[in-house]
Amino acid sequence: MRVLRAGDTALLVETGDLATAHRLNAALREASWPGVVDVVPGEQTVLVVADPSADLDRLAARLPDLPLPADAEAGAEPVEIPVVYDGEDLDEVARLTGLSRGEVVRRHASGAYTVAYLGFSPGFGYLTGLDPALHVARRESPRTAVPAGSVAIAGPYAAVYPSRSPGGWRLLGRSRLPLWDVTRDPPSLLRPGTRVRFVREEPS
Amino acid sequence: MIEVVRPGPLATVQDLGRPGLAHLGVPRSGAADERALRLANRLVGNPEGAACVEFTFGGGSVRFHEGAWAAVTGAPLPVCVDGRPQGTNAPCHVRGGGVLELGTPARGLRSYLAVRGGITVDRVLGSRSTDLLSGLGPAPLSPGTRLPVGPSADLDAITVDVAPAPRMPETPVLRILAGPRGDWFTEDAMATLTSTPYQVSPDSNRVGVRLDGPPLARSRGGELGSEGMVTGSVQVPPSGLPIIFLADHPTTGGYPVVAVLAAASVPDAAQLRPGQHVRFRT
Repeated sequence: MRVLRAGDTALLVETGDLATAHRLNAALREASWPGVVDVVPGEQTVLVVADPSADLDRLAARLPDLPLPADAEAGAEPVEIPVVYDGEDLDEVARLTGLSRGEVVRRHASGAYTVAYLGFSPGFGYLTGLDPALHVARRESPRTAVPAGSVAIAGPYAAVYPSRSPGGWRLLGRSRLPLWDVTRDPPSLLRPGTRVRFVREEPS
Repeated sequence: MIEVVRPGPLATVQDLGRPGLAHLGVPRSGAADERALRLANRLVGNPEGAACVEFTFGGGSVRFHEGAWAAVTGAPLPVCVDGRPQGTNAPCHVRGGGVLELGTPARGLRSYLAVRGGITVDRVLGSRSTDLLSGLGPAPLSPGTRLPVGPSADLDAITVDVAPAPRMPETPVLRILAGPRGDWFTEDAMATLTSTPYQVSPDSNRVGVRLDGPPLARSRGGELGSEGMVTGSVQVPPSGLPIIFLADHPTTGGYPVVAVLAAASVPDAAQLRPGQHVRFRT
C-alpha cells in the first residue's frame, strides 16, 4: 500500500487492486476516524478526504496499520436488478460482438457483478464482471438524454443509469428498480463493493 | 421571505454542501468560495454554514418581504439598498419591501448575499446547495423565485460593522502542492505550470476552471484507472490544458492530477473570471 498526498487535506492510497480498495474502504468506514470527511474508492485506490483541521501526517502514518477485513462483502446477498432486454443498441452490440441478440442478453444476464466505484452521476455504479465478449466501445456520439433505469455497457463495465442524463453507453434494456432516491437513506441502492445480478424480466 | 427580482447571469442557493457522500457519486457542491460564504454569515450573526445566495458576475436584485439584516461578500461590487449605496463586507438593514441591488464586480466573479436567519429552502441530502453537475438542490434562481428566511430571534448579535475586503489582485497567484500523479508528467511540466501565466477559459463554471496556455506534457502513455478527486485538483485531460476542480466537480475521474491547490487557494480559484490570467507557485 502506497500513501500519496492529494493536496493538504487528502490522501490517495494506492491499494494495487480493486478488492483491496474495497477492503480498505470497509475498514475506514468501520473505524470512522475523527476528521475523516469522505472515503472514495476508485479502481485501485482509496481517496481519504480529511477535515482541514485534521493532522494529515498522523492519518497517513496510521493508515498502513489499519486491519482490513478478509472480504468487504462477506455474507451479503447480491442485489438483484430486474431487466427488460429491449434496449435500442441490442442489435448494434450483437453486430459489434458477432453474437446473436439472444446470446448478448444471455451473457449479460448470467454475469456476477461487483460495483467497482461510483461516479459520473449520483448513484451511477461502474460494475465489473462483464463477460469479455461484451466489451464494446461507447457510442461515437453520446445521446443527449438517456432515461433513468437504462441498463447499459461500455468497455469493461456494465451500469444502470440511476437518473436521466446524457450518456454514451450502449443500451441493452431497462429496469424498473429505482437505483437512486434522495428521500431514501442511503439514497443509492449501490455502493462500492455491492454485488449485483441482473434478472431477465418479460415486458409487462 | 426574499424574492428574486433579477438573478443576474447565474444565481444559486449555496451552503457548505454535501460532504460524506462522495463514495455514492454525490459531489461536495456548496459555495465555490466557502471563505466568502462563511464571512457573509458571520457578519449577520448566522451560523457559518447557513445558506446564502451565490451571484455570478453580480447583476442581481432581491426584494425583502420583511425587514432583515443582510451582508454581501466575495467579489466586490456596488451594492444599493432602495437606491442608496451600501458597502460590501458590512451588515446593512433592508426594510420590509426594500430592494437590494448588485452592480457588476470590478474584480472577482462570485458574490454572496447572506440574510440574517439564513435561506431555508428544503434540504436535499442534508444541504440546500444547488449542484449544477448533478442537478441536486433547488433550481438556479429566476425572476420571481421566493426564498424563505429562517428565524433570527436566537442568533448571535451582530457585532462587526465592516470586515477587511479580500485581496483580489489583477493576476492571482495560487499555491499548489505536487499532485498524486505528478509522476505522469515530464519534469518540464511542473516548471511550465509554475513559470507561465495561464488564461481562464470562458467555458469555466462551478465544476471547474478551464485554463488556456502551454499544454503540460505527459511522461508516459496509458490510461489511469478512475480515482477519487478532491476540490482544487489540477486535472490534465489529453489536451494537456489543466482544469482546476471547484465545488461541483465529479467525485471520480480518470485523468491524472498533476497538482492540487492548497486549501487556502481554492477560494481564490473560485473568484477567477474568464479572460483573467493566473499564476501558480509551489
